[in-house]
Amino acid sequence: MSTMTPPSPHPAVDRLAQPAPSRRRRLPTGRALTYTVLVVGVLLWLLPFVWMVLGSVKTQREILTKPPTIWPQDPTLDNFGRWFTDLNFGQFFTNSVIVAVVTVLGNLLFCSMVGYALAKMDFPGKKALFALVMIMLMVPGVVTFVPLFVQVTSLGLLNTYPALILPFLTQPLGVFLMRQFMLGIPEPLMEAARIDGAGELRIFARVVMPLCGPPLATLGILTFLGSWNNFLWPLVAAQSQDMYTLPVALSLYSTGQQATDYGLLLAGAVLVITPILLLFVALQRYFVQGIATVGLK
Amino acid sequence: MVAWMFALPFVLVFGFFMLVPLVSSFAMSFTDFTSRDVRTPFAVNFVGLDQYVALFGDARFLKSLGVTGTFVIVGIPVTMAVALALAVALNSGISRFRSAFRVGFYAPVVTSIVAVSVVWRYILQPDGLLNTALGWVGIEGPNWLSSTTWALPSLILMAVWRNVGTLMVIFLAGLQSVPAEVQEAAVMDGASPWRRFRSVTLPLLRPTLLLGAVLISVGYLQFFEEAFVMTQGGPLDSTLSTAFYTFEQFGFGKYGFASAASYVLFLAIALLSLLQFRLLRSQD
Repeated sequence: MSTMTPPSPHPAVDRLAQPAPSRRRRLPTGRALTYTVLVVGVLLWLLPFVWMVLGSVKTQREILTKPPTIWPQDPTLDNFGRWFTDLNFGQFFTNSVIVAVVTVLGNLLFCSMVGYALAKMDFPGKKALFALVMIMLMVPGVVTFVPLFVQVTSLGLLNTYPALILPFLTQPLGVFLMRQFMLGIPEPLMEAARIDGAGELRIFARVVMPLCGPPLATLGILTFLGSWNNFLWPLVAAQSQDMYTLPVALSLYSTGQQATDYGLLLAGAVLVITPILLLFVALQRYFVQGIATVGLK
Repeated sequence: MVAWMFALPFVLVFGFFMLVPLVSSFAMSFTDFTSRDVRTPFAVNFVGLDQYVALFGDARFLKSLGVTGTFVIVGIPVTMAVALALAVALNSGISRFRSAFRVGFYAPVVTSIVAVSVVWRYILQPDGLLNTALGWVGIEGPNWLSSTTWALPSLILMAVWRNVGTLMVIFLAGLQSVPAEVQEAAVMDGASPWRRFRSVTLPLLRPTLLLGAVLISVGYLQFFEEAFVMTQGGPLDSTLSTAFYTFEQFGFGKYGFASAASYVLFLAIALLSLLQFRLLRSQD
């Protein structure tokens, strides 16, 4: 199948087409060119990450040398160490993890529940509820953060975990994802359970949820990603160091006194990015599926 | 009623943390609400359209609209072009390292904007990696983030780098759904690869392209973190986005005013989203 001039948009075409001899001769150049461009491109794309890691292990003195050294002369983990000794990395990390994990669990449960009602039950107000969910899909955080701040403050929740978690405990996108998948679950499966005397809660927990692995994985990953990287709301809602999430801590150091302490900042960036990047490489199938679903909803 | 029991947790969270703020943000934009009114939110004065009038009378707000507009109008086509080129390359029958390429180009998408902004600020320093590399080929690079000319393009460049992966995945899915028969017919007619791309693939890909454009522009319209970490909206407001402006006014305690600014942004995003729904419907 690889006897055609690239770029050819569909492999099936290659198989069927009768390549002219002149084209066959051009082929290796074309393919080599594609590979070259892709390899150079992907290296460029990953260069910022490489540069980040290299910078994070340079000494404070070396990182100020001009022009910059490429390879660390005297690799050190001091920059990482300072996150633990001078700054409260453990606390920031714990906050990020607690917020992300609770947010994910809440989304998995609550979005599934309402998704189930919307997909498999008939009730007054169903259409209105679904329409509302769809409309709210497009409301960005920047529109709601000011009144949300006022609400959370008047409840006395400012600078607490509930303030960081509650607003994200469900999301319209999750409801949509779960509903779409559950629509495809065959009715007879649930009928059978109903005849056996199972209530709705039991059917939901024992029949429907076990079938929902794929959308739950996608929703869980998307939610974790969103929570881990979330910035605007935590920046507003976390007022003291003990409530900062990782991005908030990093952003405040990077704009405060440590603004030019690049060793420290790059080590911080490594600490924020690495967990997500590892998760991504391990579960890339779901990530990409998730984005495709979001994009093509 | 069982159904509403299932919906209850969602309805509570959704109602209290999304719907109420959305409505009260709108209401606040017609009041003189400030940080001093938090304890007595109903004692504020109704000021009609005053906040909006003040907003559009503020040169900095207008500047922020221009900056956001530039970010979107320049950023979207560049992101799309790069993503499409990559998708076509990845779909051109190469088999080796295909998923490695995909993972590589997609990796920036999953990273925290704050963290990568820190990294990019380091790269774009006057004596940073980029200027050193430019120096090797005899170009003296500017002080990217301190230049009113180059700061915004630098942020756009980073946004392109970070978002290409999303569109690449979407476009790749679109390319793979182009029917093989159509391509075959074009091959039979002796169309060159470039001709086939322009006359067959591209028109068939149009809905996907439009969709990608809308999807990304909703995100680009809200750009904030990049400006927060890399430039603080400067120099001389050259990277002051509307979201950053809103945040800044909020920081000054002018909540009513900030709400008005955020609603202008919301209007733009809502219009784009409506367009997206229209596109999707025409796709089905």
